[in-house]
Amino acid sequence: MIELEDVVKRFPGSAHPAVDRLSLNVAQGEVCVLIGPSGCGKTTTMRLVNRLIEPDSGTVRIAGRDVMQTDPVELRRGIGYVIQQVGLFPHWTIAENVATVPRLLGWAADRTTQRVHELLTLVGIDPATAGQRYPRELSGGQKQRVGVARALAADPPVMLMDEPFGALDPITRKRMQDEFLRILRSLSKTIVFVTHDIDEAIKMGDRVAIMKDGALLQYASPERILAHPADAFVDEFVGADRALKRLALLECRSAMQPAGATLPAESIAAEASLRDALALMLQTNTDAVAVIAHGAPAGVLTLADVRGASRDDGAAASRAVGSSGT
Amino acid sequence: MLLEAWHFVLERPDRFIAALATHLALSAAALGLAAAIAIPLGIRIASRERAALAVIGAANIGRTLPSLAVLALAMPLLGTGFAPSLFALTLLALPPVLLNTYAGIRHVDEDVIDAARGMGMSARQILGKVQLPIAMPVIFAGLRTAAVQVISGAVLAAYIGGGGLGDFITAGIAMMAVPQLLVGAIPATALAIGTDQLFGYLQRRMTPAGLAERAA
Amino acid sequence: MKWLLNNWDQVLLALGQHVAIALTSLAIAFAISLPVGIVAARKPIVFRTAITATGILYTVPTLAFLALLIPVVGLGRTNAIICMVAFSLMIMIRNIAVAIRGVPQEIVDAARGMGMSAREILARIELPLAAPVVVAGLRIASVTVISVAVVAAYVNGGGLGTLIFAGISNDHAPKIWTGALCACALAVAADLALAGAERRLRRRTLA
Repeated sequence: MIELEDVVKRFPGSAHPAVDRLSLNVAQGEVCVLIGPSGCGKTTTMRLVNRLIEPDSGTVRIAGRDVMQTDPVELRRGIGYVIQQVGLFPHWTIAENVATVPRLLGWAADRTTQRVHELLTLVGIDPATAGQRYPRELSGGQKQRVGVARALAADPPVMLMDEPFGALDPITRKRMQDEFLRILRSLSKTIVFVTHDIDEAIKMGDRVAIMKDGALLQYASPERILAHPADAFVDEFVGADRALKRLALLECRSAMQPAGATLPAESIAAEASLRDALALMLQTNTDAVAVIAHGAPAGVLTLADVRGASRDDGAAASRAVGSSGT
Repeated sequence: MLLEAWHFVLERPDRFIAALATHLALSAAALGLAAAIAIPLGIRIASRERAALAVIGAANIGRTLPSLAVLALAMPLLGTGFAPSLFALTLLALPPVLLNTYAGIRHVDEDVIDAARGMGMSARQILGKVQLPIAMPVIFAGLRTAAVQVISGAVLAAYIGGGGLGDFITAGIAMMAVPQLLVGAIPATALAIGTDQLFGYLQRRMTPAGLAERAA
Repeated sequence: MKWLLNNWDQVLLALGQHVAIALTSLAIAFAISLPVGIVAARKPIVFRTAITATGILYTVPTLAFLALLIPVVGLGRTNAIICMVAFSLMIMIRNIAVAIRGVPQEIVDAARGMGMSAREILARIELPLAAPVVVAGLRIASVTVISVAVVAAYVNGGGLGTLIFAGISNDHAPKIWTGALCACALAVAADLALAGAERRLRRRTLA
């Protein structure tokens, strides 16, 4: 859906290119997270997609069309755009803000109103009470919800999000991440998501692109990156606790063994993560826990099983947290 | 025309110098008086909310009054001449100096004052060592505005017998004698622009180094 | 007071003339300042040049300016209007430029990213958000213009100044009172009205 081919971008006054011969493909319906240290070029890369920045060389294509051959204004009206400070227009009501792109596209008034209603409800804001309010009356989290609604208004196939939850407190941030993943389940969008938080990247991304100094170091699923970091920098970047992070992606049911005659004293839910199981074992000073599914014991998980899963290559990825039941 | 104007001056240097001197005297005196009244007043009301409301309200109204209207009103009240002109010009100069002094002191960062108090400075020391130096650029901007306004107003003082360069202008217009008119208009303009530049320079000099803004 | 009641038609005429030239000048000044201000907001060098040039104009004493225009345009309303426009330019251009530049970056970025054209951004986002500061400039310009118009009577510009000057030369105090007080009232009224407008606009556009 989105293709970057050998893209280069230099800014004046800088010795190194901001984006250095980058090639990246994002499949339709995929969430691609761009992450890296400050100055790695992730935001520049994102802004190349909706032509807020133009490449010095190389091609950027969306659905096969070169963005440089498309009228920029028209291009951007087909791409959802969410930024960290949200940028809601203070002199317009919430409803008017969300209606921005539909209005630009010339939608009929009642179609627009209905769509605004639908989207505000989707992001968890009551259109009846909040629709006529102004941005200054909203909290940070609410503002960002409106920002997301605004980006989805014209139902664009592609969305760009630049650290959208970065300005929120940790509790609100987690809630927004969960909400957004929930929303994504009912829509099919291709998303480029920029963050500097590795935990957010692992949580939100189907594939994660680790960047440094304008170059792509590794582009793979979160499980793969945690299991096999491409080089020393990526290894350090994902954190010394990457083994634990990886365990957080795996469910207990994926590593448990059949239950024996006697059950361990402690138990844990089958869909809980292996990391939570490990934590439980450490807390209770045991090395085995019973795994419970649908109210009945389904198996036993030992410390050895957890260790084995953590050494496991990629087979466990298909049984990652959140995918059971699909 | 310019040449004729120049000759006009050469023919009666005393008259020109007298007018110029009166103009400068009026302006300097009005500015000085206004500063002497408005700066202390501005400092005093900066910490007194209630008094400030009334005083600042009055100053805001005063700021909008047309200069000639104020000068003209001095005539039925005080007559004509130097003193009534001085009175009116001082009144005109008060608002900018007062408003700027008040704003300048009030806008000193609360945290800075808190730190000063916490370190044991007396109210007087805080005023003298912290508030005034930080507020100085703003106060000076007010003085600059007032100075230009006063020089401009002093030109109008000719109408109520105050003397000054305005005399040449009014006479020139009345008699449709352009050279005479220029003898008043050009020096007055030069004086105003020069004063503005001078105060601008002084303002930059008086800004504490730490507060100096980078060039835009 | 008695004089006023007997001659209110004269006063009304003077007031009418005063308001007429004031409004004309403000309209012309705004028409010039808006495009210049918009360009100055984008290009610092235009800003600096425009402010320096108009700043010098602003410093010239009113009567001197009017006098200097006499060899060029003679006496009359044109003279007055040129002076009033010249005095208004600096504050209007500066306020328009500063106001547009003051629109938060992220708002303009969001607008651009969503697909608004440059013209749409200017008309629907930047100018509406700049409105309070622009009105603040208009407020100062109005008061300035009313003040100049009083003096302009002396070069046959009409307005309330005619009453003042007649009063001075004939030593007729009621005329001085009426002319001066009406001029003051007009200035204060204009200031208050525009201050109210500024406040209302500010409330609407606060983030």
